[in-house]
Amino acid sequence: MSAKPYGLMAEFDTPAAILEAAGKVRDAGYRRWDVFTPFPIHGLDKVMGFKNSLVGWFALAFGGGAFVATMGLIWYCNAFDYPLIVGGKPMFSPPMSFVPSYILMILGGAVGAFVGMVTLNQLPRLHNPLFAKARFALVSRDKFFLVIGANDPKFSGIETRKLLERAGGTHIELVEEED
Amino acid sequence: MAETATNRVEKTPASAPAASVYAANMETLAPPVELRRAPVIENNRGLGWLTDKLTAFTEGKTPHWWWVLFIPAAFFATVVLPAMLIYQISTGIGVWGNNHPVMWGWDIINFVWWVGVAHAGTLISAMLFLTRQHWRTTIGRMAEAMTVFSVMMAGLYPAIHIGRAWFAWFMFPVPTYEGMWPQFRSPLMWDVFAVNTYLMVSTLFWYMGLIPDIALLRDRSRTRVRKFIYSLLALGWTGSARQWHHFEKAYVVLAGLCTLLVFTVSSIVGLDFATSQLAGWHATIFPLYFVVGAVYCGFGMVLVLLIPLRKLCHLEDIITPRHLDRICKLTLLSSLCIAYIYLMEYYIAWYGGNPYERWVFGHRLLGHTYWYGGWIMLGVNFLTAQLLWFKRIRRNLKVVFVIAVLINIGMWFERFTIIVGSLYQDFLPANWGFYKQTWVDIGTYLGTLGAFFMMYLLFIRFLPMIPVAEVKSVLPQGNPHHPLGGAKGGKS
Repeated sequence: MSAKPYGLMAEFDTPAAILEAAGKVRDAGYRRWDVFTPFPIHGLDKVMGFKNSLVGWFALAFGGGAFVATMGLIWYCNAFDYPLIVGGKPMFSPPMSFVPSYILMILGGAVGAFVGMVTLNQLPRLHNPLFAKARFALVSRDKFFLVIGANDPKFSGIETRKLLERAGGTHIELVEEED
Repeated sequence: MAETATNRVEKTPASAPAASVYAANMETLAPPVELRRAPVIENNRGLGWLTDKLTAFTEGKTPHWWWVLFIPAAFFATVVLPAMLIYQISTGIGVWGNNHPVMWGWDIINFVWWVGVAHAGTLISAMLFLTRQHWRTTIGRMAEAMTVFSVMMAGLYPAIHIGRAWFAWFMFPVPTYEGMWPQFRSPLMWDVFAVNTYLMVSTLFWYMGLIPDIALLRDRSRTRVRKFIYSLLALGWTGSARQWHHFEKAYVVLAGLCTLLVFTVSSIVGLDFATSQLAGWHATIFPLYFVVGAVYCGFGMVLVLLIPLRKLCHLEDIITPRHLDRICKLTLLSSLCIAYIYLMEYYIAWYGGNPYERWVFGHRLLGHTYWYGGWIMLGVNFLTAQLLWFKRIRRNLKVVFVIAVLINIGMWFERFTIIVGSLYQDFLPANWGFYKQTWVDIGTYLGTLGAFFMMYLLFIRFLPMIPVAEVKSVLPQGNPHHPLGGAKGGKS
């Protein structure tokens, strides 16, 4: 099995250091890079130029869909497929079907948010080239990592490494992935 | 403390080119002393220390006290509970004390009680998250776990209460050969949706919050088995900025939806009662009544769980007296709300002029059979909680623990008073009767208590009970604009 470069990984000690380094990497014109941190860092979204996450739309779609679907189901069950007069009330009316629909809207929204998070993050992905690096295990502890992908048009083994060094990164390592 | 700050600052060269405006020219001015927030974690612990501390319990040797608590809980969960369920399902509802006219007994009391316990967990983990209460990060996970397990216990009761448990699937809209569908106008039907939704949403919320921390355990695991299991559960989480970006959004959405559930689920349970014609149940205040009662009871249970675990797991720096103090204040607030509702209930019974309602409410306190339930309900839920006005009592955790246990008992008797107290004397004196629980009722309740504590003990043993990543993110060491987080030129 041959290995090809996946990216250059540099390690930082503090949230401020990684935030500053991220700004430098962005200013240097790199496009395919990511920052790995033990917890979300305030201000990093802005530096990396993330737009509003689509998770909310997933939740809205799933939740709204569940609401409409439950309304439809209740209409189908109690007014269409097997009409049954209960208490002399209309076969179908919005107030009586609101509560179950509302409850299932919450369920749908929650499932949508979770599905959205997992889908947009491309999880589950149990194998990741970064996991091969021993130091990367510290990413969930107290270290902050910046990885510049080898597929970035500006990537060069020497220049990128210099940039990471200048930005204050330590333990700069080449991450490889198997073909 | 100051030393750490200067050391951290010196690590990054002060003469870095000002290419980025985000960190270089940042000056952090600390607020005046009297306006400073007390730290979430005491003694200014660093990120590495916290990680070791918060994972220590899941990674260390199982302590003796854990076994001492686990073995009886597991006995009740795996021997007593199944035995009771098998006996009841194979013989019939007659093994319980439920009979005419008291058709709802311990089964529904315990159902409402367990649903109530769940609510404070959601309130702490979701509502306090939305209001950005940093102190809730340390206790949020434990509260959320309490929610998940107690909803499981709650859901068990209606399923066996229907009598022929093997027909439980009738409650779901499943197309069958008879062509019959559920009756969606019934609040009992809404309950099916509400409780199942509550279970699924709170489990999702809990699990999603766990993913980064399971990844932490994965990265730290020493044995192959642990590595394998935690790797699967962590779904390959790396903690990349993109992942956090979507994660945080999903977390906010889930928290918002969970907050809706705090108000919805118990309202629907309250509607089970309110839509009937029975004096003592037929009241518009019931949905709100049940929500407030649920939250109040749940705060009691949170304190019952947190106070011993904080000591036993050595989390004094993490779950500080300040956090418990705030829960006590919220408990006090909800006790005042519930006292108001009790007052309104009695007032409306008198003012409404309905003789049946007056009869029921009069007999709650002055009747000859179940008068004690009414006094326990008022005495504990209103009077005992008033002790929490005093700071000395709030800071004395032993007393708080006793108060919290009493609140749980008081809230159990509240449901007893509402259910049995309203049913045993209805409109016709010829219909009056008594209710007495049987040993199967008691055994089933003890079994669910055992199952709850067994699952809780397994949770604290194998999963991080404190949300590690979340706690780190609210620390000064995790703040890129704080000197302890490495910001330059800051004055602490």
